[in-house]
Amino acid sequence: MTAMLQILEKDGAVVGELPGLDDGQLKELFVHMLRIRVLDGRMLKLQRAGRIGFVGTSTGLEGSLVGAASGLEAQDWMWSGLREGGAALVRGLPLAEYVAQMYCNSNDTAKGRQMCNHFQHKGSNYPSWSSVIGTQITHGVGAAYASQLRGEDVVHSIHLGDGATSSNGFHSGMNFAGVWKVPAVFVCVDNGWAISVCSREQTAAESYADKAVAYGMPGLEVDGNDVLAVHAAMASAVRRARAGEGPSLLVLKTYRMLGHSSSDDPSKYREDSEVAWWQERCPLERYEAFLTQRGLLAAGEREALERSLEAEIDAVIHEQESAAPMPLRSLVEDVYEEVPRHLRLQFNAFLEVAERRGEATRGDGAFPL
Amino acid sequence: MATLTLLQAVNDALRTKMRQDDSVLVFGEDVGPKGGVFLATEGLTAEFGAKRCFDTPLSEDGIIGTAIGMAANGLRPVCEIQFQDFIFPAFDQIVSEAAKLRYRSGGQYTAPMVIRTPYGGGIRGGLYHSQSGEAYFAHTAGLKVVIPSTPYDAKGLLIAAIEDPDPVLFMEPKALYRSVKGEVPEGHYTVDLSTTRTVREGKDVTVFCYGAMVPVCEKAAAAAAEQGVETHVVDLRTLLPLDEEAVLDAARRTGRVVVVHEAPRFCGFGAEISALIAEHAIEYMEAPVRRVTGFDTPFPNTLEHHYMPDERRVLDAIEATASF
Ligand SMILES: Cc1ncc(C[n+]2csc(CCOP(=O)(O)OP(=O)(O)O)c2C)c(N)n1
Ligand SMILES: [Mg+2]
Repeated sequence: MTAMLQILEKDGAVVGELPGLDDGQLKELFVHMLRIRVLDGRMLKLQRAGRIGFVGTSTGLEGSLVGAASGLEAQDWMWSGLREGGAALVRGLPLAEYVAQMYCNSNDTAKGRQMCNHFQHKGSNYPSWSSVIGTQITHGVGAAYASQLRGEDVVHSIHLGDGATSSNGFHSGMNFAGVWKVPAVFVCVDNGWAISVCSREQTAAESYADKAVAYGMPGLEVDGNDVLAVHAAMASAVRRARAGEGPSLLVLKTYRMLGHSSSDDPSKYREDSEVAWWQERCPLERYEAFLTQRGLLAAGEREALERSLEAEIDAVIHEQESAAPMPLRSLVEDVYEEVPRHLRLQFNAFLEVAERRGEATRGDGAFPL
Repeated sequence: MATLTLLQAVNDALRTKMRQDDSVLVFGEDVGPKGGVFLATEGLTAEFGAKRCFDTPLSEDGIIGTAIGMAANGLRPVCEIQFQDFIFPAFDQIVSEAAKLRYRSGGQYTAPMVIRTPYGGGIRGGLYHSQSGEAYFAHTAGLKVVIPSTPYDAKGLLIAAIEDPDPVLFMEPKALYRSVKGEVPEGHYTVDLSTTRTVREGKDVTVFCYGAMVPVCEKAAAAAAEQGVETHVVDLRTLLPLDEEAVLDAARRTGRVVVVHEAPRFCGFGAEISALIAEHAIEYMEAPVRRVTGFDTPFPNTLEHHYMPDERRVLDAIEATASF
């Protein structure tokens, strides 16, 4: 196991080789990270106000999400775990679609069928994710095989959490990818926790990166709160995959600063001191210090950027607040390409009951986590 | 007697058995210090220690596979699958292994274990936190499938399941976890598996239901009574092995039957009830059996209240069956 890749110290000092990004690109990474942070805050407020159902936050993960997404090319695919929404924004998921998905309204491209935080964006090759942990891993490998077979210049990045390394899909996906030598990069976001189970209890391996050895591919641990290190590691793994040299595993060491979701209370299972340790390594503050030291960020500029991001997000929220809910007929659509006869009959019978007895009323059940 | 929620009754059952029998273990994802995402296992690690109530890595296959080994070697595992929707990675271990170990070993090896799992809709959980998959498992010989609907039954059935010599899938209606309360005796008692519960007596129409649909059917029955229709409501409680005689008796009593479940209709449990009646009680029937069920679609998200059978839909079926 080689040491963890790091480019920026926690105070922003450069301790590694900087990736070849120009000033504009360096600054853009910061804006993407800040947008994710501001968006999280706004979504949590909407959740508390009862406007949306559930938020799986990314606070603390901004460096990992933006660094990984920025290492891909436009034609590449990204296979999501449960917190990649911010990475998808970097690659072209429109903010309006992001917010519409959180509202599960009729502007949501998934037609309100999934819970919040289940994004997709066909335009940037970002397929829909199920809530079932680990299932996307083999899908990404199969899709990478397809790209390879057609001789396309496309790499598939397959994102997963630390918890997902215990899933059946992780073993099968890593194993197949190694044997087939597909153009894929496995991006394990080790944020320390899988709900209330910490990484120490998830694996006896010293690092998740060690697991790569058994599948015949390189594994690299990267400081996930160092956006430049993540970008550099990703760009290099993507280059390797693109060159036909096969898959690799990146493990981004980061930390889920908030609860598993808007309804989880993490103080029940973890120490404040651990949270404080990571707070000192905040990816945003570190990168802000670096940009400031290089003269790319003026005093007060972060606050100004935050205000403009808030305005951008609030305008989108305003639009989505007034969008219509999904129509009832969507209940039976998209099960198959055509609505089959038995579903048409079931739907008609349902409408007849509504005509005789009024429409169903919404219950007050709430999601527990 | 204490008044408990269904969730507290589950916790009480686990505590009661763990106090009584050192071989009873509780494990699964987040069941330790957090106490489970619904808090069904709250306080168990504190009372019994991390060797008897503990978190596992994120693998349902691992949870159920290791539980089978423990059960085969003298322990009584009660493992939790966080949502029934996530049981499928372990489908192989349940269907090929737990359910068949006794049979394939000629009774030499067995897997006395319980798999607890919350099922059903009503919490805005979308298509992967709301499913009712009982029919997949009720199709599996060697398993027992139990679904309580009251706190009293939840405790008594869970204790009976833990003491049962065969693997039991114990499906908990998450929509009722906190919404139903009832008197629950302290300490040890059991409710026999494979028995039904008469929820309400009536002479006109029989309604079969289970889990979260029981209170819905009770409300519909009360509304039907106002229209002069007396409904006989039966909570099936154990789907496998089913108390077929009790089902047939209840069907014969009124000659008119409605079956209600949240799960999709096609090959759902209602089809089994309907076939049972067609085979053994057709001569008593005054009306066709009606089913009130979820649609034959995945479980929706924002439209879940339209998908799940409610008082209106059940009442509509009761009245149509009564006046057929
Ligand atoms: C197969 C399966 N089992 C359990 C769950 C419930 N669950 C949702 S997220 C989660 C933890 C995921 O942890 P990790 O992979 O580290 O991702 P993170 O939440 O940290 O981003 C669990 C257990 C699930 N969604 N799917
Ligand atoms: Mg994690």
